[in-house]
Amino acid sequence: MTSPRASFIAGLKNTVPLLIGAAPFGIIYGVIATGVGIPVVMAQAISLIVFAGSAQFIAAQLIGAGASGLVIVFTTFIVNLRHALYSASMAPHLRDLPRSWKWVLSYLLTDEAFAVAITHYRDNAGEPNRHWYFLGAGIALWATWQASTAVGIFLGTEIPHDWSLDFTLALSFIALLVPVLRTRADIVAALVGGIVAVAGFGLPYKLGLIVAAFCGIGAGMLAWRLAK
Amino acid sequence: MNLWLVVIVAGALTFLIRLSFIALLANWQLPPLLQRALGFVPPAVMTAIVLPELLIREGHLAASLDNHRLIAGMVAILVAWRFKKIMPTIVVGMTALWLLQWLGP
Repeated sequence: MTSPRASFIAGLKNTVPLLIGAAPFGIIYGVIATGVGIPVVMAQAISLIVFAGSAQFIAAQLIGAGASGLVIVFTTFIVNLRHALYSASMAPHLRDLPRSWKWVLSYLLTDEAFAVAITHYRDNAGEPNRHWYFLGAGIALWATWQASTAVGIFLGTEIPHDWSLDFTLALSFIALLVPVLRTRADIVAALVGGIVAVAGFGLPYKLGLIVAAFCGIGAGMLAWRLAK
Repeated sequence: MNLWLVVIVAGALTFLIRLSFIALLANWQLPPLLQRALGFVPPAVMTAIVLPELLIREGHLAASLDNHRLIAGMVAILVAWRFKKIMPTIVVGMTALWLLQWLGP
Protein backbone atom coordinates (compact mmCIF):
# COMPACT_ATOMS: atom_id res chain seq x y z
CA MET A 1 0.00 0.00 0.00
CA THR A 2 1.26 3.50 -0.86
CA SER A 3 1.17 6.02 2.00
CA PRO A 4 -0.95 9.20 1.66
CA ARG A 5 2.25 11.26 1.49
CA ALA A 6 3.85 9.09 -1.21
CA SER A 7 0.61 9.10 -3.22
CA PHE A 8 0.34 12.88 -2.96
CA ILE A 9 3.92 13.38 -4.15
CA ALA A 10 3.47 10.88 -6.99
CA GLY A 11 0.40 12.86 -8.08
CA LEU A 12 2.40 16.10 -8.05
CA LYS A 13 5.31 14.57 -9.98
CA ASN A 14 3.27 12.86 -12.66
CA THR A 15 1.50 16.13 -13.44
CA VAL A 16 4.69 18.05 -14.27
CA PRO A 17 4.52 17.41 -18.06
CA LEU A 18 0.99 18.84 -18.07
CA LEU A 19 2.11 21.90 -16.13
CA ILE A 20 4.44 22.82 -18.98
CA GLY A 21 1.38 22.97 -21.23
CA ALA A 22 -0.86 24.70 -18.68
CA ALA A 23 1.51 27.51 -17.69
CA PRO A 24 1.67 29.30 -21.10
CA PHE A 25 -2.10 28.93 -21.30
CA GLY A 26 -2.49 30.69 -17.94
CA ILE A 27 -0.09 33.43 -19.00
CA ILE A 28 -2.04 33.98 -22.22
CA TYR A 29 -5.29 34.14 -20.23
CA GLY A 30 -3.81 36.83 -17.98
CA VAL A 31 -2.61 38.81 -21.01
CA ILE A 32 -6.01 38.60 -22.75
CA ALA A 33 -8.02 39.39 -19.61
CA THR A 34 -6.10 42.58 -18.89
CA GLY A 35 -6.01 43.33 -22.64
CA VAL A 36 -9.83 43.51 -22.82
CA GLY A 37 -9.85 45.80 -19.79
CA ILE A 38 -10.75 43.46 -16.92
CA PRO A 39 -9.37 44.94 -13.68
CA VAL A 40 -6.27 43.16 -12.32
CA VAL A 41 -7.92 41.89 -9.13
CA MET A 42 -10.90 40.53 -11.01
CA ALA A 43 -8.72 38.83 -13.66
CA GLN A 44 -6.96 36.90 -10.90
CA ALA A 45 -10.21 36.26 -9.00
CA ILE A 46 -11.70 34.64 -12.12
CA SER A 47 -8.84 32.12 -12.08
CA LEU A 48 -9.59 31.39 -8.42
CA ILE A 49 -13.39 31.29 -8.63
CA VAL A 50 -14.04 29.75 -12.05
CA PHE A 51 -10.74 27.82 -12.44
CA ALA A 52 -11.48 26.54 -15.98
CA GLY A 53 -9.10 27.59 -18.75
CA SER A 54 -11.27 27.52 -21.87
CA ALA A 55 -14.29 29.06 -20.12
CA GLN A 56 -12.09 31.86 -18.76
CA PHE A 57 -10.79 32.65 -22.25
CA ILE A 58 -14.33 32.90 -23.58
CA ALA A 59 -15.59 34.87 -20.57
CA ALA A 60 -12.73 37.35 -21.02
CA GLN A 61 -13.56 37.73 -24.70
CA LEU A 62 -17.29 38.20 -23.96
CA ILE A 63 -16.59 40.76 -21.24
CA GLY A 64 -14.37 42.63 -23.70
CA ALA A 65 -17.14 42.55 -26.33
CA GLY A 66 -19.60 43.99 -23.81
CA ALA A 67 -21.85 40.90 -23.72
CA SER A 68 -24.63 40.86 -21.13
CA GLY A 69 -24.10 39.14 -17.77
CA LEU A 70 -26.66 36.44 -18.52
CA VAL A 71 -24.93 35.52 -21.79
CA ILE A 72 -21.56 35.31 -20.03
CA VAL A 73 -22.97 33.06 -17.31
CA PHE A 74 -24.86 30.84 -19.76
CA THR A 75 -21.90 30.53 -22.13
CA THR A 76 -19.58 29.59 -19.26
CA PHE A 77 -22.14 26.98 -18.24
CA ILE A 78 -22.28 25.47 -21.76
CA VAL A 79 -18.51 25.51 -22.23
CA ASN A 80 -18.06 23.80 -18.85
CA LEU A 81 -20.80 21.19 -19.30
CA ARG A 82 -18.23 18.61 -20.37
CA HIS A 83 -17.12 18.49 -16.73
CA ALA A 84 -20.38 16.66 -15.96
CA LEU A 85 -18.92 13.76 -17.94
CA TYR A 86 -15.74 13.87 -15.85
CA SER A 87 -17.82 14.03 -12.68
CA ALA A 88 -19.82 10.98 -13.78
CA SER A 89 -16.63 9.05 -14.58
CA MET A 90 -14.96 9.88 -11.25
CA ALA A 91 -18.08 9.41 -9.09
CA PRO A 92 -17.88 5.62 -8.57
CA HIS A 93 -14.23 5.94 -7.45
CA LEU A 94 -14.94 8.69 -4.91
CA ARG A 95 -18.18 7.26 -3.51
CA ASP A 96 -16.81 6.34 -0.08
CA LEU A 97 -14.89 9.55 0.62
CA PRO A 98 -16.10 12.07 3.23
CA ARG A 99 -18.02 15.07 1.87
CA SER A 100 -15.14 17.52 2.40
CA TRP A 101 -12.91 15.41 0.12
CA LYS A 102 -15.62 15.24 -2.54
CA TRP A 103 -15.98 19.02 -2.51
CA VAL A 104 -12.27 19.73 -2.71
CA LEU A 105 -11.64 17.18 -5.46
CA SER A 106 -14.64 18.51 -7.43
CA TYR A 107 -13.24 22.03 -7.28
CA LEU A 108 -9.95 20.68 -8.66
CA LEU A 109 -11.60 18.62 -11.44
CA THR A 110 -10.21 20.33 -14.56
CA ASP A 111 -9.58 18.68 -17.95
CA GLU A 112 -5.97 17.95 -17.04
CA ALA A 113 -6.66 16.76 -13.46
CA PHE A 114 -9.33 14.43 -14.81
CA ALA A 115 -6.98 12.99 -17.40
CA VAL A 116 -4.29 12.31 -14.78
CA ALA A 117 -6.66 11.05 -12.08
CA ILE A 118 -8.83 8.73 -14.16
CA THR A 119 -5.76 7.00 -15.60
CA HIS A 120 -4.34 6.49 -12.10
CA TYR A 121 -7.65 5.19 -10.73
CA ARG A 122 -8.00 2.71 -13.57
CA ASP A 123 -4.43 1.44 -13.30
CA ASN A 124 -4.45 1.10 -9.49
CA ALA A 125 -7.73 -0.60 -8.62
CA GLY A 126 -8.14 -1.25 -4.90
CA GLU A 127 -5.35 1.09 -3.78
CA PRO A 128 -6.84 2.98 -0.78
CA ASN A 129 -4.90 6.26 -1.02
CA ARG A 130 -5.67 7.16 -4.62
CA HIS A 131 -7.52 10.30 -3.59
CA TRP A 132 -4.21 11.67 -2.28
CA TYR A 133 -2.76 11.17 -5.76
CA PHE A 134 -5.70 13.07 -7.27
CA LEU A 135 -5.22 15.82 -4.68
CA GLY A 136 -1.51 16.12 -5.53
CA ALA A 137 -2.23 16.39 -9.26
CA GLY A 138 -5.06 18.87 -8.64
CA ILE A 139 -3.00 21.12 -6.39
CA ALA A 140 -0.05 21.15 -8.80
CA LEU A 141 -2.36 22.28 -11.61
CA TRP A 142 -4.17 24.78 -9.39
CA ALA A 143 -0.97 26.44 -8.17
CA THR A 144 0.44 26.59 -11.70
CA TRP A 145 -2.77 28.13 -13.03
CA GLN A 146 -2.86 30.83 -10.33
CA ALA A 147 0.83 31.69 -10.69
CA SER A 148 0.76 31.77 -14.50
CA THR A 149 -2.36 33.96 -14.46
CA ALA A 150 -0.48 36.41 -12.23
CA VAL A 151 2.48 36.44 -14.64
CA GLY A 152 0.12 37.03 -17.58
CA ILE A 153 -1.62 39.90 -15.81
CA PHE A 154 1.76 41.47 -15.09
CA LEU A 155 2.90 41.05 -18.73
CA GLY A 156 -0.50 42.07 -20.10
CA THR A 157 0.05 45.70 -19.26
CA GLU A 158 3.41 45.62 -21.08
CA ILE A 159 2.56 43.85 -24.35
CA PRO A 160 1.46 46.12 -27.22
CA HIS A 161 -1.90 45.47 -28.91
CA ASP A 162 -0.49 44.99 -32.43
CA TRP A 163 1.15 41.73 -31.39
CA SER A 164 -2.33 40.23 -31.95
CA LEU A 165 -1.94 37.98 -28.90
CA ASP A 166 -5.72 37.65 -28.67
CA PHE A 167 -5.39 35.24 -31.64
CA THR A 168 -3.94 32.67 -29.23
CA LEU A 169 -7.51 32.18 -28.03
CA ALA A 170 -8.65 30.85 -31.41
CA LEU A 171 -5.41 28.86 -31.73
CA SER A 172 -5.73 27.16 -28.37
CA PHE A 173 -9.30 26.17 -29.20
CA ILE A 174 -8.14 24.78 -32.55
CA ALA A 175 -5.56 22.70 -30.67
CA LEU A 176 -8.20 21.39 -28.26
CA LEU A 177 -10.86 20.91 -30.93
CA VAL A 178 -9.12 18.94 -33.66
CA PRO A 179 -8.30 15.88 -31.50
CA VAL A 180 -11.92 15.55 -30.25
CA LEU A 181 -13.20 15.11 -33.82
CA ARG A 182 -13.16 11.33 -33.76
CA THR A 183 -16.39 10.24 -35.46
CA ARG A 184 -18.37 11.52 -38.43
CA ALA A 185 -21.09 12.69 -36.00
CA ASP A 186 -18.46 14.77 -34.12
CA ILE A 187 -17.52 16.46 -37.40
CA VAL A 188 -21.18 17.17 -38.21
CA ALA A 189 -21.68 18.69 -34.72
CA ALA A 190 -18.58 20.84 -35.23
CA LEU A 191 -19.48 22.03 -38.75
CA VAL A 192 -23.07 22.91 -37.87
CA GLY A 193 -21.98 24.63 -34.65
CA GLY A 194 -19.37 26.65 -36.54
CA ILE A 195 -21.59 27.65 -39.46
CA VAL A 196 -24.50 28.67 -37.21
CA ALA A 197 -22.10 30.72 -35.07
CA VAL A 198 -20.86 32.62 -38.14
CA ALA A 199 -24.43 33.09 -39.47
CA GLY A 200 -25.66 34.21 -36.05
CA PHE A 201 -22.73 36.51 -35.35
CA GLY A 202 -24.93 39.60 -35.55
CA LEU A 203 -27.39 38.39 -32.92
CA PRO A 204 -27.65 40.67 -29.88
CA TYR A 205 -25.87 39.90 -26.59
CA LYS A 206 -23.56 37.41 -28.34
CA LEU A 207 -26.42 34.90 -28.30
CA GLY A 208 -25.10 33.34 -31.53
CA LEU A 209 -22.68 31.12 -29.61
CA ILE A 210 -25.40 29.57 -27.48
CA VAL A 211 -27.76 29.01 -30.44
CA ALA A 212 -24.84 27.49 -32.37
CA ALA A 213 -23.95 25.15 -29.50
CA PHE A 214 -27.48 23.75 -29.36
CA CYS A 215 -27.74 23.40 -33.16
CA GLY A 216 -24.37 21.62 -33.23
CA ILE A 217 -25.34 19.21 -30.45
CA GLY A 218 -28.68 18.51 -32.16
CA ALA A 219 -27.01 17.90 -35.52
CA GLY A 220 -24.47 15.58 -33.89
CA MET A 221 -27.26 13.57 -32.26
CA LEU A 222 -29.09 13.33 -35.58
CA ALA A 223 -25.96 12.21 -37.45
CA TRP A 224 -25.27 9.62 -34.76
CA ARG A 225 -28.85 8.30 -34.99
CA LEU A 226 -28.71 8.07 -38.78
CA ALA A 227 -25.34 6.29 -38.69
CA LYS A 228 -26.58 3.58 -36.33
CA MET B 1 -25.50 42.79 -14.23
CA ASN B 2 -22.60 43.58 -11.94
CA LEU B 3 -19.46 41.90 -13.25
CA TRP B 4 -18.48 40.49 -9.86
CA LEU B 5 -21.88 38.85 -9.56
CA VAL B 6 -21.40 37.35 -13.04
CA VAL B 7 -18.01 35.90 -12.02
CA ILE B 8 -19.38 34.41 -8.80
CA VAL B 9 -22.44 32.86 -10.47
CA ALA B 10 -20.30 31.46 -13.32
CA GLY B 11 -17.88 30.02 -10.76
CA ALA B 12 -20.67 28.51 -8.65
CA LEU B 13 -22.24 26.88 -11.73
CA THR B 14 -18.88 25.49 -12.83
CA PHE B 15 -18.34 24.03 -9.36
CA LEU B 16 -21.86 22.53 -9.31
CA ILE B 17 -21.26 20.86 -12.68
CA ARG B 18 -18.06 19.29 -11.33
CA LEU B 19 -19.76 18.30 -8.09
CA SER B 20 -22.84 16.92 -9.87
CA PHE B 21 -22.22 13.20 -10.06
CA ILE B 22 -19.52 13.07 -7.41
CA ALA B 23 -21.70 14.41 -4.58
CA LEU B 24 -25.14 15.56 -5.64
CA LEU B 25 -26.39 12.82 -7.96
CA ALA B 26 -24.23 10.00 -6.65
CA ASN B 27 -27.01 7.44 -7.05
CA TRP B 28 -28.32 8.68 -10.37
CA GLN B 29 -27.12 7.12 -13.63
CA LEU B 30 -26.68 9.56 -16.50
CA PRO B 31 -29.24 8.54 -19.19
CA PRO B 32 -27.36 7.25 -22.27
CA LEU B 33 -29.02 9.81 -24.56
CA LEU B 34 -27.92 12.73 -22.35
CA GLN B 35 -24.45 11.23 -22.08
CA ARG B 36 -24.29 11.13 -25.88
CA ALA B 37 -25.48 14.75 -26.11
CA LEU B 38 -22.81 15.89 -23.62
CA GLY B 39 -20.22 14.20 -25.82
CA PHE B 40 -21.12 16.61 -28.64
CA VAL B 41 -20.63 19.69 -26.46
CA PRO B 42 -16.85 20.03 -27.05
CA PRO B 43 -16.89 19.84 -30.89
CA ALA B 44 -20.03 22.01 -31.23
CA VAL B 45 -18.96 24.72 -28.77
CA MET B 46 -15.31 24.93 -29.72
CA THR B 47 -16.01 25.26 -33.45
CA ALA B 48 -18.68 27.86 -32.66
CA ILE B 49 -15.97 29.83 -30.85
CA VAL B 50 -13.20 29.36 -33.44
CA LEU B 51 -14.97 29.85 -36.78
CA PRO B 52 -16.25 33.41 -36.16
CA GLU B 53 -12.77 34.31 -34.84
CA LEU B 54 -11.31 33.26 -38.20
CA LEU B 55 -14.04 34.35 -40.60
CA ILE B 56 -15.39 37.58 -39.15
CA ARG B 57 -13.20 40.67 -39.20
CA GLU B 58 -14.48 43.98 -37.85
CA GLY B 59 -18.07 42.72 -37.81
CA HIS B 60 -18.15 41.44 -41.41
CA LEU B 61 -17.69 38.09 -43.10
CA ALA B 62 -14.16 38.01 -44.55
CA ALA B 63 -13.77 34.72 -46.44
CA SER B 64 -10.83 35.87 -48.58
CA LEU B 65 -7.10 35.36 -48.88
CA ASP B 66 -6.41 38.84 -47.43
CA ASN B 67 -7.83 37.59 -44.13
CA HIS B 68 -4.60 36.79 -42.31
CA ARG B 69 -6.35 35.14 -39.38
CA LEU B 70 -8.18 32.74 -41.69
CA ILE B 71 -4.94 31.61 -43.37
CA ALA B 72 -3.01 31.36 -40.08
CA GLY B 73 -5.93 29.45 -38.57
CA MET B 74 -5.92 26.94 -41.42
CA VAL B 75 -2.18 26.41 -40.93
CA ALA B 76 -2.86 25.83 -37.22
CA ILE B 77 -5.64 23.31 -38.02
CA LEU B 78 -3.15 21.33 -40.12
CA VAL B 79 -0.59 21.36 -37.30
CA ALA B 80 -3.21 20.37 -34.70
CA TRP B 81 -4.47 17.56 -36.91
CA ARG B 82 -0.97 16.24 -37.70
CA PHE B 83 0.69 16.58 -34.25
CA LYS B 84 -2.25 16.73 -31.80
CA LYS B 85 -0.29 18.99 -29.43
CA ILE B 86 -1.34 22.35 -28.00
CA MET B 87 1.90 24.32 -27.86
CA PRO B 88 3.15 23.60 -31.44
CA THR B 89 -0.30 24.59 -32.74
CA ILE B 90 -0.22 27.93 -30.92
CA VAL B 91 3.40 28.67 -31.81
CA VAL B 92 3.04 27.83 -35.52
CA GLY B 93 -0.30 29.65 -35.78
CA MET B 94 1.05 32.80 -34.12
CA THR B 95 4.21 32.73 -36.26
CA ALA B 96 2.08 32.36 -39.39
CA LEU B 97 -0.06 35.36 -38.40
CA TRP B 98 2.98 37.54 -37.66
CA LEU B 99 4.60 36.57 -40.97
CA LEU B 100 1.41 37.39 -42.91
CA GLN B 101 1.00 40.73 -41.11
CA TRP B 102 4.62 41.58 -41.76
CA LEU B 103 4.53 40.59 -45.46
CA GLY B 104 0.97 41.67 -46.22
CA PRO B 105 -0.60 45.09 -46.76
